[in-house]
Amino acid sequence: MGNLIAWIDDRFPLTKMWNEHLAEYYAPKNFNFWYFFGSLALMVLVIQIISGIFLTMHYKPDGATAFASVEYIMRDVPYGWLIRYIHSTGATAFFIVVYLHMLRGLMYGSYKKPRELIWLFGMFIYLALMAEAFMGYLLPWGQMSYWGEQVIISLFSAIPVIGDDLTLWIRGDFVIGDATLNRFFALHVIALPFVLVFLVIAHIIALHEVGSNNPDGVEIKKNKDANGIPLDGIPFHPYYTVKDIVGVVVFLFFFSVILFYFPDGGGYMLEHANFIASDPLKTPEHIAPVWYFTPFYAILRAVPDKLLGVGAMFAAIAFLFFMPWIDRCKVKSVRYRSGIYKTNLIVFCISFVVLGWLAMQPVTETITLMSRLFSFLYFAFFIVLYITSKNESTKPVPDRVTS
Amino acid sequence: MKKITTLLLAAVMLLPVMAAASGGAHLYKAPIDINDKESLRRGAKAFADYCYSCHSASFMRFNRIAKDLDMSEDEVREMMIHTRGKKGDPTKIGELMKVSMTDDYAKNAFGTAVPDLSLAARARGADWVYSYLRSFYVDPYRPTGFNNTVFPDVGMPHVLWSLQGLQEPVYKKVMHGDVAVEELEGFEQIQAGKLSRVEYDMFIADLTNFMVYLAEPVQVERRSLGWKVLLFLVVLFGFAYALKKEYWKDVH
Repeated sequence: MGNLIAWIDDRFPLTKMWNEHLAEYYAPKNFNFWYFFGSLALMVLVIQIISGIFLTMHYKPDGATAFASVEYIMRDVPYGWLIRYIHSTGATAFFIVVYLHMLRGLMYGSYKKPRELIWLFGMFIYLALMAEAFMGYLLPWGQMSYWGEQVIISLFSAIPVIGDDLTLWIRGDFVIGDATLNRFFALHVIALPFVLVFLVIAHIIALHEVGSNNPDGVEIKKNKDANGIPLDGIPFHPYYTVKDIVGVVVFLFFFSVILFYFPDGGGYMLEHANFIASDPLKTPEHIAPVWYFTPFYAILRAVPDKLLGVGAMFAAIAFLFFMPWIDRCKVKSVRYRSGIYKTNLIVFCISFVVLGWLAMQPVTETITLMSRLFSFLYFAFFIVLYITSKNESTKPVPDRVTS
Repeated sequence: MKKITTLLLAAVMLLPVMAAASGGAHLYKAPIDINDKESLRRGAKAFADYCYSCHSASFMRFNRIAKDLDMSEDEVREMMIHTRGKKGDPTKIGELMKVSMTDDYAKNAFGTAVPDLSLAARARGADWVYSYLRSFYVDPYRPTGFNNTVFPDVGMPHVLWSLQGLQEPVYKKVMHGDVAVEELEGFEQIQAGKLSRVEYDMFIADLTNFMVYLAEPVQVERRSLGWKVLLFLVVLFGFAYALKKEYWKDVH
């Protein structure tokens, strides 16, 4: 065994990589609950890729047979139903895990110097993930797939001058059709997974270059022992590998409860209307995008003008990219920041969740009014943060991590 | 940060409550039990006798029903297969449950194509199917002579009228502020059918049960695999947690 590894090491940096990224990568010892979601996101990515590969073996990206091929997977392919539910539940799990992972970043200031690039790579992962989910959502070819995508693609037509040509170019047809299904399939199973995996690697390399942040926002590399090992650091392997296994098992428990007992997610993961084959001539009564897009859809609906609405929707995501520069406070962790910041962050989280709910409701005057209020609060987070963070009254940050 | 966690959890838990408050039309609760194979077999018989000559269930195979409902293939063949293939040989037990009625014919006869029923219970919900099949009433203004309170002006004739008999809706006046609105109170039987009202409701419950099965044949197997997986994960958690404890005892 030792000889084999030596043989490989002469030709490929196996031991070097193992040490740099696992056995001698020192992570702060005070990671809490919120630090499970990074490794969980990675695992869900793997689950999606593997279940996706098996689905493509039976799925037919063809306007005439796509819907039936999904039911074929559900009924005739041995354990096809399991693979399909793993993939559909996995999509929801991916967004839950990623949203919690992002919230962790916001709480502990993990986007701040020197981790700006980690945050940016992460935001690009989030964008790629939304594109991936958007393309994948068309594939079951049910009514909600068809009309949900119709609504979202038509948003691009709001762009002046090129709008109509752009939507035509995206669809490859004047309406969503076989051409759209085929290209979305190609992007969903080849192009975007490549982009995602590449970005995830960049995200992790950047992280391992500067080291992990922690709930105290203390740089552990400032306090090293005689051997140059951070005093508050512990090797990722075995300490965090064994800890993350516990997280994985707990996650899989909840995942399995949904998977085996609520695979429709109460109509939020697999919509009722999506059990009817797509029909370009029949519009469903109530079209709402799938839950993980809804906060942004609510912002879109809140603005009376379509172009401005689309602008606001993209701005809602774009602002997040600039977090490292919007937040000018030197203190990283929310533990040592002012009440203003804590309140601001809590209001932001509530706005995000409420916006998500609002988008799933049929439009009424109250709903529109509430959408406007919470959209305002969503954007207010960034503005208030920019203004108040420069001279924020913070608590003293300890030199070493607290346990 | 416990505050944020608690608030988020509270918000997430409140959402379904708020969503439930904004309900639609009133539906009867379908009294079904997907594990009751007797009921499923009666439902399959009802489906074969009354639905499956216009409606297809084209994602389903005959022999799947035999396997899942503990019936022999011959029993299913006897009950459901009355068609022949292009060459004149009887439709095979492993084939999909298609019908010979074409969309063009249906559009001529009913004004609309007849929907496939494989996934109807998943698209509409069990309660909807159960309520719909109980809610046909006499309406001389409709071409079929019947209308439906759950699906107004539906194209489908009341194929079960000989079992249910004939009924008329009874409305009551309800005040919404200053506006009086007519709301459905129930139905009044004007001609008896072959079944009593209770027997008819049970007949529809069996049929609904079968259609719920039809929409996702694997659901019983899914749930029974589920608890085994969960049990495994609970055991695995014990080992994983012990392993973590063992490694972390020297971290201070």
